[in-house]
Amino acid sequence: MDEESKKRGHISQAWLVILLAVLYGGALAGVETTLGPRIKQNKKNETLSKVPQLVPEADREQTKELIVTSADGGQRTVYRALAADGETQQGWVLPAGGLGFADRIEVLIGLNTDASTITGLYVLDQKETPGLGNLIADEELFLHQFADRSTDRPLVVVKTAPDGPDQIRALSGATISSESVAKIVNEAVANFRQSLSREAATPSRKPEP
Amino acid sequence: MTVIQPTAGERFIRGILPENPVYRQLLGMCPTLAVTGAMQPAMTMAAATAFVLISANVMVSLIRRLLKPHLRILVFTLTIATFVTIADRLLAAYLYEMSKELGPYVPLIIVNCLIISRCEICSSKQGLFTAIADGVGMSLGFALALASIATVREILGSGTWFGLPLLPETWPGWGIMVLPPGAFLTLGLLLGIAEWIGQRRTSGVS
Repeated sequence: MDEESKKRGHISQAWLVILLAVLYGGALAGVETTLGPRIKQNKKNETLSKVPQLVPEADREQTKELIVTSADGGQRTVYRALAADGETQQGWVLPAGGLGFADRIEVLIGLNTDASTITGLYVLDQKETPGLGNLIADEELFLHQFADRSTDRPLVVVKTAPDGPDQIRALSGATISSESVAKIVNEAVANFRQSLSREAATPSRKPEP
Repeated sequence: MTVIQPTAGERFIRGILPENPVYRQLLGMCPTLAVTGAMQPAMTMAAATAFVLISANVMVSLIRRLLKPHLRILVFTLTIATFVTIADRLLAAYLYEMSKELGPYVPLIIVNCLIISRCEICSSKQGLFTAIADGVGMSLGFALALASIATVREILGSGTWFGLPLLPETWPGWGIMVLPPGAFLTLGLLLGIAEWIGQRRTSGVS
């Protein structure tokens, strides 16, 4: 069989698969465009409802959404958490995400006003292995470790009992998921601290709420 | 040699009890065990599975004459994965809380053998109407099976049904029924009962 007829053979075998893949791809793009904004809104509502839990004494109604430009030039959404009086700043809530073991993990990081301490962590979305990796969303088992950690040094995941202020104990059976969460937190916090110090250096460029 | 295929009516009836996906075919065990701690997640799962199963059956039945035998599984998987993604996005948009509760079990519908087995057995060989009847029958059978297990587990485990209080406040709530062991115990016992009834029936006939 020469090259040409071989090629035609492949196409005649696979044309249905190719056509369906294109069709389904289009259909999924349509679904995503239609439902995407609604899903985003659902996530935002959940984020706002978690603000008082992530930043002590912050008020949900007084939370302002800001867009900050990070060091790499990208735009990121952050939430400025204010007390119920609408003036006193209590801290920040940082949405962040990255790849876990199975799929994307999305978290919310609570920070104090100068972003020097983590005040809370919440897992917004994850599809890790049920019974192992999905325990990263469990406050008692895993997330509580992140509260009150200093952000001066990146957090390190260890498999034994932590003996330093920057150590987080991995969930057994879910080292990759645990490390992913720590990595997401480290990167987002470092990035945000950089933007924060740049904002402080040039106050005129501070974005309005 | 032509194999006589069951009619639409037969397909529909068989899916509900005689060939019930859970009790007779032991298919779809992952959601059967994982999301039957209460009625609400169980019924959401049943509805999502029904949507995917019926849609996949329709699609595969429509293109059945174009299928190449050695590429059919690929086409089935592609079709199922697409409808599962649509179901997942719909849940995240309109039933956000429930979609979070079901978590990875919604994307896992892709690997529910019930759906691929219906594509292989029925919809890739029979017409549109029969494929729809088969999908609806099997979905009802699956929903019935999930409902039976979830009913036992929710009532004994939490004293409620669909979140409504059913047993008196004094009911302690058997924690184990809500946890994974409760799923295995309930499934095993109900499976035993179903088998026992089935055997009594057949011996009664003969």
